[in-house]
Amino acid sequence: MNIALLLEMASDAAPDRVGLVCDGKRWTYAELVAAARGAVELIEQSGAEYVALLDESSEAAVIALFGAAMAGVPYCPLNYRLADEDLAGLLGRIAPALVVGDEARVARIAGDQGHTVFSREQFAAKAQEVAPEAGEREYDPGEGIAVQLFTSGTTAAPKAAILRHSNLLGYILGTVEFAAAEETDAALVVVPPYHIAGISALLSSIYANRRIIMLPAFTPEVWLQLVGAERVTNAFVVPTMMTRIIAELEKDQATDISSLRSVAYGGGKMPLEVIQKALSLFGDTGFTNAYGLTETSSTVALLGPDDHRDALASDDPKVRARLTSLGQPLPTVEIEIRDEDGKCCAPGEPGEIYVRGEQVSGEYKEKSALDAEGWFPTRDAGFMDEDGYLFLSGRADDVIVRGGENMSPGEIEDVVLTHDSIVDACAVAIPSVEWGEAVGMALVVRDGHGEPEEADIKELIRARLRSSRVPERIVCVQELPYNEMGKLLRRKVKDILAE
Amino acid sequence: MKPGTRLKSAACDTEVMVIRCGDGAIECGGAPMADAKPADAAALNADHSGGTLMGKRYVDADGAYELLCVKPGKGSLSVDGVALVTKDAKPLPASD
Repeated sequence: MNIALLLEMASDAAPDRVGLVCDGKRWTYAELVAAARGAVELIEQSGAEYVALLDESSEAAVIALFGAAMAGVPYCPLNYRLADEDLAGLLGRIAPALVVGDEARVARIAGDQGHTVFSREQFAAKAQEVAPEAGEREYDPGEGIAVQLFTSGTTAAPKAAILRHSNLLGYILGTVEFAAAEETDAALVVVPPYHIAGISALLSSIYANRRIIMLPAFTPEVWLQLVGAERVTNAFVVPTMMTRIIAELEKDQATDISSLRSVAYGGGKMPLEVIQKALSLFGDTGFTNAYGLTETSSTVALLGPDDHRDALASDDPKVRARLTSLGQPLPTVEIEIRDEDGKCCAPGEPGEIYVRGEQVSGEYKEKSALDAEGWFPTRDAGFMDEDGYLFLSGRADDVIVRGGENMSPGEIEDVVLTHDSIVDACAVAIPSVEWGEAVGMALVVRDGHGEPEEADIKELIRARLRSSRVPERIVCVQELPYNEMGKLLRRKVKDILAE
Repeated sequence: MKPGTRLKSAACDTEVMVIRCGDGAIECGGAPMADAKPADAAALNADHSGGTLMGKRYVDADGAYELLCVKPGKGSLSVDGVALVTKDAKPLPASD
Protein backbone atom coordinates (compact mmCIF):
# COMPACT_ATOMS: atom_id res chain seq x y z
CA MET A 1 0.00 0.00 0.00
CA ASN A 2 1.28 3.47 -0.87
CA ILE A 3 1.30 6.44 1.56
CA ALA A 4 -0.17 8.50 -1.30
CA LEU A 5 -3.46 6.82 -0.38
CA LEU A 6 -3.61 9.12 2.68
CA LEU A 7 -3.66 12.25 0.51
CA GLU A 8 -5.98 10.68 -2.08
CA MET A 9 -8.51 9.75 0.61
CA ALA A 10 -8.29 13.23 2.16
CA SER A 11 -8.94 14.74 -1.23
CA ASP A 12 -11.80 12.33 -2.06
CA ALA A 13 -13.51 13.17 1.24
CA ALA A 14 -13.02 16.94 1.10
CA PRO A 15 -11.56 18.11 -2.24
CA ASP A 16 -12.27 21.80 -1.68
CA ARG A 17 -11.15 21.97 1.91
CA VAL A 18 -7.92 23.95 2.46
CA GLY A 19 -5.20 21.43 3.31
CA LEU A 20 -2.22 23.73 3.52
CA VAL A 21 -1.42 27.38 4.13
CA CYS A 22 2.12 28.63 3.52
CA ASP A 23 3.34 32.20 3.01
CA GLY A 24 -0.27 33.31 2.67
CA LYS A 25 -1.00 30.90 -0.21
CA ARG A 26 -3.80 28.38 0.37
CA TRP A 27 -3.90 24.91 -1.21
CA THR A 28 -7.00 22.71 -1.29
CA TYR A 29 -6.65 18.94 -0.97
CA ALA A 30 -7.62 18.54 -4.63
CA GLU A 31 -4.86 20.97 -5.67
CA LEU A 32 -2.29 19.16 -3.53
CA VAL A 33 -3.09 15.73 -4.95
CA ALA A 34 -3.08 17.10 -8.51
CA ALA A 35 0.33 18.71 -7.96
CA ALA A 36 1.68 15.44 -6.53
CA ARG A 37 0.51 13.65 -9.70
CA GLY A 38 2.28 16.30 -11.75
CA ALA A 39 5.44 15.82 -9.68
CA VAL A 40 5.45 12.15 -10.72
CA GLU A 41 5.80 13.25 -14.35
CA LEU A 42 8.72 15.56 -13.48
CA ILE A 43 10.44 12.83 -11.46
CA GLU A 44 10.08 10.25 -14.23
CA GLN A 45 11.28 12.68 -16.91
CA SER A 46 14.40 13.42 -14.85
CA GLY A 47 15.33 9.77 -14.37
CA ALA A 48 16.01 10.54 -10.71
CA GLU A 49 16.48 7.72 -8.20
CA TYR A 50 15.63 9.96 -5.24
CA VAL A 51 13.64 13.12 -4.64
CA ALA A 52 15.49 15.48 -2.31
CA LEU A 53 14.28 18.63 -0.61
CA LEU A 54 16.90 21.24 0.23
CA ASP A 55 14.64 23.93 1.55
CA GLU A 56 12.57 25.14 4.47
CA SER A 57 9.01 23.87 4.88
CA SER A 58 6.57 24.82 2.14
CA GLU A 59 3.95 23.26 -0.14
CA ALA A 60 6.90 21.74 -2.02
CA ALA A 61 7.49 19.37 0.91
CA VAL A 62 3.99 17.89 0.55
CA ILE A 63 4.13 17.75 -3.25
CA ALA A 64 7.60 16.16 -3.23
CA LEU A 65 6.77 13.64 -0.47
CA PHE A 66 3.65 12.30 -2.18
CA GLY A 67 4.96 12.73 -5.73
CA ALA A 68 8.03 10.64 -4.84
CA ALA A 69 5.80 8.02 -3.19
CA MET A 70 3.58 7.71 -6.28
CA ALA A 71 6.64 7.57 -8.55
CA GLY A 72 8.14 4.84 -6.39
CA VAL A 73 11.39 6.62 -5.43
CA PRO A 74 12.44 7.51 -1.87
CA TYR A 75 11.84 11.06 -0.63
CA CYS A 76 14.93 12.39 1.09
CA PRO A 77 14.65 15.82 2.73
CA LEU A 78 18.11 17.21 3.57
CA ASN A 79 19.30 19.42 6.40
CA TYR A 80 20.07 22.75 4.75
CA ARG A 81 21.95 23.84 7.88
CA LEU A 82 24.79 21.39 7.18
CA ALA A 83 28.18 22.67 6.04
CA ASP A 84 28.81 22.56 2.26
CA GLU A 85 31.22 19.66 2.47
CA ASP A 86 28.87 17.45 4.52
CA LEU A 87 25.88 18.31 2.36
CA ALA A 88 27.77 17.57 -0.85
CA GLY A 89 28.63 14.16 0.61
CA LEU A 90 24.97 13.38 1.30
CA LEU A 91 23.88 14.61 -2.15
CA GLY A 92 26.52 12.29 -3.64
CA ARG A 93 24.97 9.33 -1.81
CA ILE A 94 21.56 9.92 -3.46
CA ALA A 95 22.68 10.89 -6.99
CA PRO A 96 21.03 11.21 -9.41
CA ALA A 97 18.24 13.01 -7.54
CA LEU A 98 15.56 15.50 -8.38
CA VAL A 99 16.43 18.25 -5.92
CA VAL A 100 13.88 20.88 -4.90
CA GLY A 101 15.19 24.05 -3.27
CA ASP A 102 18.46 25.94 -3.22
CA GLU A 103 19.50 25.73 -6.90
CA ALA A 104 22.58 27.93 -6.59
CA ARG A 105 23.95 25.91 -3.69
CA VAL A 106 23.48 22.55 -5.44
CA ALA A 107 25.20 23.93 -8.56
CA ARG A 108 28.10 25.20 -6.44
CA ILE A 109 28.72 22.17 -4.22
CA ALA A 110 27.37 19.23 -6.24
CA GLY A 111 27.16 20.52 -9.82
CA ASP A 112 28.93 17.44 -11.21
CA GLN A 113 26.70 14.82 -9.56
CA GLY A 114 24.02 14.65 -12.24
CA HIS A 115 21.11 16.07 -10.23
CA THR A 116 18.05 17.77 -11.73
CA VAL A 117 17.30 20.90 -9.72
CA PHE A 118 14.13 22.99 -9.36
CA SER A 119 13.50 26.02 -7.18
CA ARG A 120 10.53 25.68 -4.85
CA GLU A 121 8.37 27.95 -7.05
CA GLN A 122 9.36 26.26 -10.33
CA PHE A 123 8.67 22.81 -8.90
CA ALA A 124 5.19 23.66 -7.62
CA ALA A 125 4.23 25.56 -10.78
CA LYS A 126 5.56 22.92 -13.23
CA ALA A 127 3.96 20.08 -11.26
CA GLN A 128 0.57 21.77 -11.47
CA GLU A 129 1.07 22.43 -15.17
CA VAL A 130 1.84 18.82 -16.18
CA ALA A 131 -0.57 17.05 -13.80
CA PRO A 132 -2.60 14.37 -15.61
CA GLU A 133 -6.24 13.76 -14.72
CA ALA A 134 -7.05 11.36 -11.88
CA GLY A 135 -7.36 7.76 -13.03
CA GLU A 136 -5.37 8.37 -16.23
CA ARG A 137 -2.44 6.18 -15.20
CA GLU A 138 -1.12 3.69 -12.65
CA TYR A 139 1.21 4.54 -9.77
CA ASP A 140 3.72 2.63 -7.67
CA PRO A 141 2.08 0.00 -5.42
CA GLY A 142 4.10 1.18 -2.39
CA GLU A 143 5.93 -2.00 -1.51
CA GLY A 144 9.29 -0.28 -1.07
CA ILE A 145 10.90 2.69 0.63
CA ALA A 146 8.87 5.88 1.08
CA VAL A 147 11.31 8.08 2.98
CA GLN A 148 15.04 8.12 3.60
CA LEU A 149 16.35 10.36 6.38
CA PHE A 150 19.99 10.90 7.20
CA THR A 151 20.65 10.75 10.94
CA SER A 152 22.47 13.73 12.42
CA GLY A 153 25.71 11.76 12.61
CA THR A 154 27.13 13.23 15.81
CA THR A 155 29.28 10.17 16.46
CA ALA A 156 30.07 8.93 12.93
CA ALA A 157 29.15 9.50 9.29
CA PRO A 158 25.36 10.09 8.95
CA LYS A 159 23.40 6.86 8.58
CA ALA A 160 20.59 6.59 6.01
CA ALA A 161 17.51 5.54 7.99
CA ILE A 162 14.80 4.15 5.74
CA LEU A 163 11.05 4.12 6.34
CA ARG A 164 8.92 1.88 4.20
CA HIS A 165 5.38 2.72 3.10
CA SER A 166 4.24 -0.05 5.47
CA ASN A 167 5.99 1.56 8.48
CA LEU A 168 4.47 5.01 7.91
CA LEU A 169 1.02 3.62 7.11
CA GLY A 170 1.18 1.40 10.20
CA TYR A 171 1.80 4.52 12.28
CA ILE A 172 -0.89 6.70 10.69
CA LEU A 173 -3.64 4.07 10.40
CA GLY A 174 -2.94 2.95 13.96
CA THR A 175 -3.00 6.40 15.55
CA VAL A 176 -5.06 8.83 13.44
CA GLU A 177 -8.83 8.75 12.93
CA PHE A 178 -9.62 9.44 9.26
CA ALA A 179 -11.24 12.85 8.55
CA ALA A 180 -11.74 13.45 12.27
CA ALA A 181 -10.90 17.17 12.07
CA GLU A 182 -13.50 19.90 11.78
CA GLU A 183 -13.15 22.27 8.85
CA THR A 184 -12.14 24.99 11.32
CA ASP A 185 -9.28 22.91 12.80
CA ALA A 186 -5.72 23.92 12.00
CA ALA A 187 -2.31 22.51 12.90
CA LEU A 188 0.70 24.81 13.14
CA VAL A 189 3.82 23.02 11.84
CA VAL A 190 7.20 24.48 12.78
CA VAL A 191 9.51 21.46 12.76
CA PRO A 192 11.94 21.35 9.83
CA PRO A 193 11.00 19.13 6.86
CA TYR A 194 14.10 16.92 7.21
CA HIS A 195 13.09 15.76 10.68
CA ILE A 196 10.79 12.76 11.22
CA ALA A 197 8.38 14.97 13.19
CA GLY A 198 8.12 17.23 10.13
CA ILE A 199 7.04 14.26 8.02
CA SER A 200 4.65 12.68 10.51
CA ALA A 201 3.05 16.10 11.07
CA LEU A 202 2.12 16.25 7.38
CA LEU A 203 0.85 12.67 7.21
CA SER A 204 -1.23 12.92 10.41
CA SER A 205 -2.87 16.23 9.61
CA ILE A 206 -3.63 15.26 6.02
CA TYR A 207 -5.26 11.96 7.02
CA ALA A 208 -7.28 13.76 9.71
CA ASN A 209 -8.33 16.35 7.06
CA ARG A 210 -6.82 19.08 9.22
CA ARG A 211 -5.56 22.32 7.69
CA ILE A 212 -1.76 22.63 7.95
CA ILE A 213 -0.33 26.06 8.68
CA MET A 214 3.37 26.09 7.87
CA LEU A 215 5.77 28.36 9.70
CA PRO A 216 9.17 27.80 8.04
CA ALA A 217 11.22 30.03 10.36
CA PHE A 218 10.17 29.94 14.00
CA THR A 219 9.99 33.03 16.15
CA PRO A 220 7.71 33.11 19.21
CA GLU A 221 6.12 36.38 18.01
CA VAL A 222 5.06 34.99 14.61
CA TRP A 223 4.02 31.66 16.16
CA LEU A 224 1.61 33.43 18.52
CA GLN A 225 0.42 35.75 15.77
CA LEU A 226 -0.43 32.78 13.53
CA VAL A 227 -2.21 30.97 16.37
CA GLY A 228 -4.50 33.98 16.69
CA ALA A 229 -4.93 34.75 12.98
CA GLU A 230 -5.60 31.18 11.79
CA ARG A 231 -7.39 30.10 15.01
CA VAL A 232 -4.87 27.26 15.35
CA THR A 233 -6.18 24.26 17.29
CA ASN A 234 -3.16 21.90 17.25
CA ALA A 235 0.57 22.49 17.45
CA PHE A 236 3.82 20.63 18.01
CA VAL A 237 6.86 22.34 19.51
CA VAL A 238 10.29 21.35 20.76
CA PRO A 239 11.21 22.33 24.34
CA THR A 240 13.35 25.34 23.40
CA MET A 241 10.45 26.77 21.38
CA MET A 242 8.11 26.30 24.33
CA THR A 243 10.52 28.22 26.58
CA ARG A 244 10.58 31.12 24.12
CA ILE A 245 6.79 31.10 23.59
CA ILE A 246 6.27 31.28 27.36
CA ALA A 247 8.68 34.21 27.67
CA GLU A 248 6.80 36.03 24.91
CA LEU A 249 3.40 35.27 26.45
CA GLU A 250 4.56 36.61 29.80
CA LYS A 251 5.54 39.87 28.09
CA ASP A 252 2.26 40.19 26.23
CA GLN A 253 -0.67 38.68 28.13
CA ALA A 254 -3.19 40.03 25.60
CA THR A 255 -2.31 37.39 22.98
CA ASP A 256 -5.35 35.29 22.07
CA ILE A 257 -4.49 31.62 22.32
CA SER A 258 -7.99 30.44 23.20
CA SER A 259 -8.31 28.35 20.01
CA LEU A 260 -5.42 26.05 21.00
CA ARG A 261 -6.90 22.72 22.09
CA SER A 262 -3.81 20.59 21.90
CA VAL A 263 -0.07 21.22 22.10
CA ALA A 264 2.29 18.27 21.67
CA TYR A 265 5.98 18.46 22.45
CA GLY A 266 9.01 16.26 21.97
CA GLY A 267 12.41 16.08 20.34
CA GLY A 268 14.33 16.73 23.55
CA LYS A 269 13.94 16.80 27.29
CA MET A 270 11.30 19.26 28.52
CA PRO A 271 12.44 20.93 31.76
CA LEU A 272 9.93 20.39 34.59
CA GLU A 273 9.80 24.13 35.29
CA VAL A 274 8.82 24.89 31.68
CA ILE A 275 5.98 22.38 31.42
CA GLN A 276 4.59 23.47 34.80
CA LYS A 277 4.57 27.07 33.62
CA ALA A 278 2.99 26.09 30.30
CA LEU A 279 0.20 24.20 32.05
CA SER A 280 -0.67 27.22 34.16
CA LEU A 281 -0.35 29.79 31.35
CA PHE A 282 -2.28 27.90 28.65
CA GLY A 283 -5.34 27.17 30.76
CA ASP A 284 -7.59 24.91 28.71
CA THR A 285 -4.98 23.57 26.29
CA GLY A 286 -4.26 19.83 26.56
CA PHE A 287 -0.55 18.96 26.53
CA THR A 288 0.91 15.77 25.08
CA ASN A 289 4.51 14.63 25.42
CA ALA A 290 5.49 12.51 22.42
CA TYR A 291 8.48 10.20 22.42
CA GLY A 292 9.73 8.70 19.20
CA LEU A 293 12.69 8.30 16.89
CA THR A 294 13.35 8.54 13.18
CA GLU A 295 13.70 4.75 13.05
CA THR A 296 10.25 4.28 14.63
CA SER A 297 8.27 6.53 12.21
CA SER A 298 7.81 9.10 15.00
CA THR A 299 5.78 8.63 18.21
CA VAL A 300 5.94 5.31 20.11
CA ALA A 301 4.92 6.53 23.57
CA LEU A 302 2.93 9.48 24.80
CA LEU A 303 1.91 11.29 27.95
CA GLY A 304 -1.56 12.67 27.27
CA PRO A 305 -3.49 15.71 28.54
CA ASP A 306 -5.18 13.76 31.38
CA ASP A 307 -1.83 12.39 32.56
CA HIS A 308 -0.48 15.95 32.69
CA ARG A 309 -3.43 17.25 34.70
CA ASP A 310 -3.41 14.27 37.09
CA ALA A 311 0.32 14.60 37.69
CA LEU A 312 0.08 18.32 38.35
CA ALA A 313 -2.82 17.92 40.80
CA SER A 314 -1.43 14.91 42.69
CA ASP A 315 0.19 14.85 46.13
CA ASP A 316 1.64 11.41 45.41
CA PRO A 317 5.31 11.91 44.44
CA LYS A 318 5.12 8.88 42.14
CA VAL A 319 2.22 10.42 40.16
CA ARG A 320 3.76 13.91 40.23
CA ALA A 321 6.98 12.54 38.75
CA ARG A 322 5.04 11.63 35.62
CA LEU A 323 5.17 15.24 34.46
CA THR A 324 8.69 14.40 33.33
CA SER A 325 7.74 10.99 31.94
CA LEU A 326 7.37 10.00 28.29
CA GLY A 327 4.02 8.41 29.09
CA GLN A 328 2.86 4.97 28.05
CA PRO A 329 3.50 2.98 24.85
CA LEU A 330 0.99 3.38 22.00
CA PRO A 331 -1.49 0.46 21.92
CA THR A 332 0.08 -0.60 18.60
CA VAL A 333 3.64 -0.68 19.95
CA GLU A 334 5.54 -2.84 22.45
CA ILE A 335 8.27 -1.39 24.65
CA GLU A 336 10.75 -3.23 26.89
CA ILE A 337 13.63 -2.11 29.06
CA ARG A 338 16.60 -4.45 28.88
CA ASP A 339 19.85 -4.66 30.84
CA GLU A 340 23.33 -5.14 29.36
CA ASP A 341 22.82 -8.91 29.17
CA GLY A 342 19.61 -8.42 27.16
CA LYS A 343 17.34 -9.44 30.06
CA CYS A 344 14.12 -7.53 30.78
CA CYS A 345 14.43 -5.08 33.67
CA ALA A 346 12.04 -4.96 36.62
CA PRO A 347 9.92 -1.79 37.08
CA GLY A 348 12.11 1.13 38.12
CA GLU A 349 15.31 -0.60 37.06
CA PRO A 350 17.26 1.33 34.40
CA GLY A 351 18.32 -0.16 31.08
CA GLU A 352 18.06 0.38 27.34
CA ILE A 353 14.69 1.07 25.67
CA TYR A 354 13.67 -1.52 23.03
CA VAL A 355 10.69 -1.01 20.68
CA ARG A 356 8.73 -3.33 18.39
CA GLY A 357 5.76 -2.74 16.08
CA GLU A 358 4.62 -2.29 12.51
CA GLN A 359 5.75 1.33 12.46
CA VAL A 360 9.24 0.43 13.70
CA SER A 361 11.63 0.24 10.76
CA GLY A 362 14.94 0.05 12.62
CA GLU A 363 16.47 -0.21 9.20
CA TYR A 364 19.37 1.64 7.61
CA LYS A 365 20.32 1.49 3.99
CA GLU A 366 23.47 -0.33 5.02
CA LYS A 367 21.82 -2.83 7.41
CA SER A 368 18.90 -3.48 9.75
CA ALA A 369 19.36 -2.87 13.46
CA LEU A 370 16.41 -5.09 14.42
CA ASP A 371 17.15 -8.25 16.40
CA ALA A 372 15.85 -11.68 15.37
CA GLU A 373 12.49 -11.05 17.10
CA GLY A 374 11.99 -7.67 15.44
CA TRP A 375 12.99 -5.50 18.43
CA PHE A 376 14.79 -2.20 17.80
CA PRO A 377 17.43 -1.13 20.34
CA THR A 378 16.95 2.65 20.59
CA ARG A 379 20.26 3.40 22.38
CA ASP A 380 18.09 5.50 24.71
CA ALA A 381 18.49 4.72 28.38
CA GLY A 382 15.47 4.73 30.66
CA PHE A 383 13.15 2.84 32.95
CA MET A 384 9.46 2.04 33.32
CA ASP A 385 7.49 2.48 36.54
CA GLU A 386 5.09 -0.19 37.82
CA ASP A 387 2.16 1.40 35.94
CA GLY A 388 3.99 1.29 32.62
CA TYR A 389 5.04 4.95 32.44
CA LEU A 390 8.32 5.33 30.60
CA PHE A 391 11.11 7.61 31.83
CA LEU A 392 14.11 8.66 29.77
CA SER A 393 17.49 9.15 31.41
CA GLY A 394 19.51 9.94 28.30
CA ARG A 395 21.32 8.25 25.45
CA ALA A 396 22.88 4.93 26.39
CA ASP A 397 26.13 6.34 24.95
CA ASP A 398 25.97 9.28 27.38
CA VAL A 399 26.23 7.09 30.46
CA ILE A 400 29.22 8.01 32.58
CA VAL A 401 31.24 5.01 33.71
CA ARG A 402 33.30 5.91 36.78
CA GLY A 403 35.42 3.08 38.11
CA GLY A 404 32.97 0.51 36.74
CA GLU A 405 29.92 2.29 38.14
CA ASN A 406 27.31 3.41 35.56
CA MET A 407 25.87 6.85 36.16
CA SER A 408 23.12 8.58 34.24
CA PRO A 409 23.75 12.28 33.51
CA GLY A 410 20.04 13.05 33.86
CA GLU A 411 19.97 11.96 37.49
CA ILE A 412 22.80 14.34 38.41
CA GLU A 413 21.34 17.19 36.33
CA ASP A 414 17.92 16.88 37.96
CA VAL A 415 19.48 17.31 41.41
CA VAL A 416 21.56 20.33 40.40
CA LEU A 417 18.52 21.96 38.81
CA THR A 418 16.83 22.10 42.20
CA HIS A 419 19.44 24.74 43.18
CA ASP A 420 17.88 28.23 43.11
CA SER A 421 20.53 29.85 40.99
CA ILE A 422 20.89 27.15 38.32
CA VAL A 423 18.66 27.34 35.25
CA ASP A 424 20.26 24.69 33.01
CA ALA A 425 22.80 21.93 33.58
CA CYS A 426 24.64 19.24 31.67
CA ALA A 427 26.73 16.37 33.09
CA VAL A 428 29.16 14.51 30.84
CA ALA A 429 32.01 12.05 31.21
CA ILE A 430 35.46 13.59 31.45
CA PRO A 431 38.68 11.57 31.34
CA SER A 432 40.04 10.65 34.75
CA VAL A 433 43.41 9.00 35.37
CA GLU A 434 42.15 7.42 38.56
CA TRP A 435 38.65 6.32 37.51
CA GLY A 436 38.72 6.06 33.72
CA GLU A 437 35.86 8.52 33.58
CA ALA A 438 34.53 11.05 36.05
CA VAL A 439 31.68 13.58 36.08
CA GLY A 440 32.14 17.02 34.54
CA MET A 441 29.38 19.63 34.62
CA ALA A 442 28.50 22.76 32.69
CA LEU A 443 26.01 25.04 34.46
CA VAL A 444 24.00 28.05 33.36
CA VAL A 445 23.32 30.61 36.10
CA ARG A 446 19.81 32.05 36.35
CA ASP A 447 19.45 35.75 35.44
CA GLY A 448 19.88 37.97 38.46
CA HIS A 449 21.75 35.33 40.48
CA GLY A 450 25.47 35.13 41.21
CA GLU A 451 27.60 32.11 40.38
CA PRO A 452 27.05 29.45 43.07
CA GLU A 453 29.91 28.21 45.21
CA GLU A 454 31.41 25.06 43.74
CA ALA A 455 31.39 23.51 47.19
CA ASP A 456 27.62 24.08 47.50
CA ILE A 457 26.91 22.26 44.24
CA LYS A 458 29.15 19.38 45.24
CA GLU A 459 27.53 19.13 48.64
CA LEU A 460 24.04 19.14 47.09
CA ILE A 461 24.93 16.16 44.90
CA ARG A 462 26.75 14.33 47.69
CA ALA A 463 23.75 14.72 50.01
CA ARG A 464 21.09 13.73 47.48
CA LEU A 465 22.97 11.07 45.50
CA ARG A 466 26.38 9.59 46.30
CA SER A 467 29.89 10.88 46.43
CA SER A 468 30.76 9.08 43.17
CA ARG A 469 28.34 11.44 41.36
CA VAL A 470 30.12 14.59 42.61
CA PRO A 471 31.65 16.39 39.62
CA GLU A 472 35.40 16.68 39.41
CA ARG A 473 35.14 19.73 37.23
CA ILE A 474 32.41 22.41 37.08
CA VAL A 475 32.24 25.32 34.63
CA CYS A 476 29.65 28.05 34.29
CA VAL A 477 28.64 28.99 30.73
CA GLN A 478 26.31 31.61 29.18
CA GLU A 479 24.16 28.90 27.59
CA LEU A 480 24.31 25.21 26.72
CA PRO A 481 24.62 24.15 23.06
CA TYR A 482 21.33 22.84 21.59
CA ASN A 483 20.51 21.95 18.00
CA GLU A 484 17.45 23.38 16.25
CA MET A 485 15.31 20.47 17.48
CA GLY A 486 16.12 21.27 21.09
CA LYS A 487 18.52 18.38 21.48
CA LEU A 488 21.37 19.04 23.91
CA LEU A 489 24.70 18.57 22.12
CA ARG A 490 26.64 16.74 24.84
CA ARG A 491 29.71 16.28 22.67
CA LYS A 492 30.09 20.06 22.50
CA VAL A 493 29.79 20.26 26.28
CA LYS A 494 32.62 17.70 26.50
CA ASP A 495 34.70 19.98 24.29
CA ILE A 496 33.96 22.96 26.56
CA LEU A 497 35.01 20.96 29.62
CA ALA A 498 38.17 19.78 27.88
CA GLU A 499 39.32 23.39 27.27
CA MET B 1 -5.28 -11.98 -2.65
CA LYS B 2 -2.48 -10.12 -0.91
CA PRO B 3 -2.13 -7.09 1.36
CA GLY B 4 -2.10 -3.85 -0.59
CA THR B 5 -4.70 -5.05 -3.13
CA ARG B 6 -7.55 -2.66 -3.87
CA LEU B 7 -10.92 -4.41 -4.13
CA LYS B 8 -14.18 -3.10 -5.55
CA SER B 9 -17.70 -4.07 -4.65
CA ALA B 10 -19.83 -5.72 -7.33
CA ALA B 11 -23.01 -4.46 -5.66
CA CYS B 12 -22.26 -0.85 -4.63
CA ASP B 13 -19.62 1.93 -4.67
CA THR B 14 -17.52 0.47 -1.83
CA GLU B 15 -13.77 0.11 -2.36
CA VAL B 16 -11.33 -1.29 0.18
CA MET B 17 -7.60 -1.76 0.59
CA VAL B 18 -6.62 -5.16 1.94
CA ILE B 19 -4.40 -4.73 5.02
CA ARG B 20 -4.47 -8.37 6.17
CA CYS B 21 -6.22 -11.42 4.70
CA GLY B 22 -6.54 -15.19 4.59
CA ASP B 23 -7.82 -17.51 1.86
CA GLY B 24 -11.55 -16.82 2.28
CA ALA B 25 -13.80 -14.87 -0.10
CA ILE B 26 -14.04 -11.16 0.68
CA GLU B 27 -17.53 -9.88 -0.09
CA CYS B 28 -19.49 -6.64 -0.12
CA GLY B 29 -23.24 -6.42 -0.26
CA GLY B 30 -23.25 -10.21 -0.32
CA ALA B 31 -21.24 -10.50 -3.57
CA PRO B 32 -17.52 -11.31 -3.93
CA MET B 33 -15.24 -8.28 -4.35
CA ALA B 34 -12.68 -8.10 -7.17
CA ASP B 35 -9.96 -5.87 -8.68
CA ALA B 36 -12.46 -4.50 -11.18
CA LYS B 37 -16.21 -3.91 -11.21
CA PRO B 38 -18.25 -6.41 -13.24
CA ALA B 39 -20.05 -5.12 -16.34
CA ASP B 40 -23.40 -5.91 -14.69
CA ALA B 41 -23.74 -4.87 -11.08
CA ALA B 42 -24.65 -7.61 -8.60
CA ALA B 43 -27.85 -7.24 -6.57
CA LEU B 44 -27.39 -5.82 -3.08
CA ASN B 45 -28.25 -8.53 -0.56
CA ALA B 46 -30.54 -7.07 2.10
CA ASP B 47 -28.66 -8.95 4.83
CA HIS B 48 -25.44 -7.18 3.83
CA SER B 49 -26.70 -3.65 3.23
CA GLY B 50 -25.62 -1.82 6.37
CA GLY B 51 -23.20 0.35 4.38
CA THR B 52 -19.48 1.08 4.68
CA LEU B 53 -17.82 4.20 6.06
CA MET B 54 -14.75 5.78 4.53
CA GLY B 55 -11.57 5.51 6.62
CA LYS B 56 -12.98 2.79 8.88
CA ARG B 57 -11.10 -0.46 9.27
CA TYR B 58 -13.13 -3.67 9.17
CA VAL B 59 -11.97 -6.87 10.88
CA ASP B 60 -13.15 -10.41 11.54
CA ALA B 61 -13.36 -11.94 15.02
CA ASP B 62 -9.98 -13.73 14.71
CA GLY B 63 -8.11 -10.71 13.40
CA ALA B 64 -7.14 -12.66 10.26
CA TYR B 65 -8.76 -10.09 7.97
CA GLU B 66 -8.45 -6.33 8.00
CA LEU B 67 -9.83 -4.05 5.29
CA LEU B 68 -9.58 -0.26 5.05
CA CYS B 69 -12.58 1.36 3.40
CA VAL B 70 -11.30 3.94 0.89
CA LYS B 71 -14.63 4.59 -0.81
CA PRO B 72 -17.99 4.23 0.96
CA GLY B 73 -21.04 2.41 -0.37
CA LYS B 74 -24.39 0.86 0.54
CA GLY B 75 -23.20 -2.73 0.96
CA SER B 76 -21.53 -4.11 4.05
CA LEU B 77 -18.42 -6.27 4.22
CA SER B 78 -18.20 -9.98 4.97
CA VAL B 79 -15.83 -12.93 4.58
CA ASP B 80 -17.45 -16.23 3.50
CA GLY B 81 -20.81 -14.79 4.55
CA VAL B 82 -19.73 -13.74 8.05
CA ALA B 83 -20.06 -9.99 8.62
CA LEU B 84 -16.94 -7.96 9.45
CA VAL B 85 -17.06 -5.36 12.21
CA THR B 86 -15.39 -1.97 12.54
CA LYS B 87 -12.13 -1.93 14.45
CA ASP B 88 -12.72 0.57 17.21
CA ALA B 89 -9.46 1.99 18.44
CA LYS B 90 -9.35 4.28 21.45
CA PRO B 91 -8.75 7.77 20.07
CA LEU B 92 -5.25 8.99 20.88
CA PRO B 93 -4.33 12.61 21.56
CA ALA B 94 -2.63 14.21 18.54
CA SER B 95 1.11 13.84 19.06
CA ASP B 96 2.42 15.54 15.94
